[in-house]
Amino acid sequence: MAKVQFTSNLRRHVDCRTVEVSADTIHQALTQAFAKNERLKTYVLDDQGHLRKHMRVLVDGVAIKDLQTFKDAVQPKSEIWVMQALSGG
Amino acid sequence: MQKRIMVSTRKGLFELAKRGMGWAIKDAHFLGDNVTLALHDPRDGTDYAALNHGHFGIKLHRRDKGKKKWVEIASPKYPEKPEGLEDKDGWGNDVKWTNQLIWALEIGGPKQKGTVWAGTMPGGLFRSNDKGKTWELMESLWRHPDRNKWLGGGADIPGIHSICVDPRSPDSVRVAISCGGVWATADGGKSWAQSAHGMKFGDGPGADEPDAQDPHMMVQCAGEPEKFWVQHHAGIFKSVNDGKNWTEVKAKPSSFGFAVAVHPEDAKTAWFVPGIKDEKRIPVGGALVVTRTKDGGKTFKSLKKGLPQKNAYDLVFRHGLALDETGKKLAMGSTTGNVWVSENSGDAWKLVSGTLPPVHAVRWA
Repeated sequence: MAKVQFTSNLRRHVDCRTVEVSADTIHQALTQAFAKNERLKTYVLDDQGHLRKHMRVLVDGVAIKDLQTFKDAVQPKSEIWVMQALSGG
Repeated sequence: MQKRIMVSTRKGLFELAKRGMGWAIKDAHFLGDNVTLALHDPRDGTDYAALNHGHFGIKLHRRDKGKKKWVEIASPKYPEKPEGLEDKDGWGNDVKWTNQLIWALEIGGPKQKGTVWAGTMPGGLFRSNDKGKTWELMESLWRHPDRNKWLGGGADIPGIHSICVDPRSPDSVRVAISCGGVWATADGGKSWAQSAHGMKFGDGPGADEPDAQDPHMMVQCAGEPEKFWVQHHAGIFKSVNDGKNWTEVKAKPSSFGFAVAVHPEDAKTAWFVPGIKDEKRIPVGGALVVTRTKDGGKTFKSLKKGLPQKNAYDLVFRHGLALDETGKKLAMGSTTGNVWVSENSGDAWKLVSGTLPPVHAVRWA
């Protein structure tokens, strides 16, 4: 099973525990991660279902390239991180 | 009776209440988070707060009457953009169908309990009939072909920042758009028409094109609802005939600014907070003043008692000035984190705090 993990910055706003998923693509992995948590989805994806502008998804340390349809591949033991860029101000 | 002031800031929502002879910060919510606007609904006592989390998007929270806890509710959401649709704004940029800011929040008519309107960037107008549980995009306005003429002014994209629900009929609603002029419906949102005729932004080509106008803020007089004021990018405009046409008004020390408030019964009385001009968004001479007209814009008085008159570089955003229901009390918050209250129509001001984060909006509650 692959793991989908979220950073503590996001946990401050919404429940987002690590979930185990059975997925071949990021799309499948995120769909499973959001299946019981619609609110979490709105924090990560925009109104069109695309990755929000300053969010990143990493698979085994490598940033995914398809930020709209999430076709990037996932391996059975992959570690997927959903994270945000830092901001100042 | 309004007893609180809600101050929305870059780093939290602050509630002010009367303490002794003055006003003081009573409570703080969402500390550290960017609260862009708040709304109190006097029909049922509900408070709303709009947040912009940046990375995590636009969120809306609600606090029901008597409750201490805020609860996140649905945020206005744009529908799926049809595949292959070419949708450009007035600059020729692709329009992103996603909520990028809740820039206006207003309640519906007195008998429409639970109805709330929300104006957003990139130009979608939404209505909820269930206190924000669900939202409906005003498709009639969003699909209007002239929307593609709208464009960003100070911001990169257009947005609706002013919503005036007519006290004579809640089906009559006017919205002001930066930049897109003023749009009006008389049938509850079934159809919309441009209503910024007479506004102009200068002497260049197309200066009087209604869809290109940049009204910074629009207010309607509750007691004389056919009368409106607009603080426009290029000056001050007023309408005395339901927005059918607008005429320019000149003020000293400047007609440039963002905020405007109108007296609830006397449309001839209105307040503005001038800055030098577009490229210099600071008070004239480093002295912050509020200008007030009592004669429909023929003359203006600069109100300065209690406001900093030296080295003041405060800018008051479009929602940074608010008048209470009596027409006597004003609250004002600036980008420098100053908040003042006047209890005598602006004749004198008292500083409530000089250390708040940059203020987006103040509202009486």
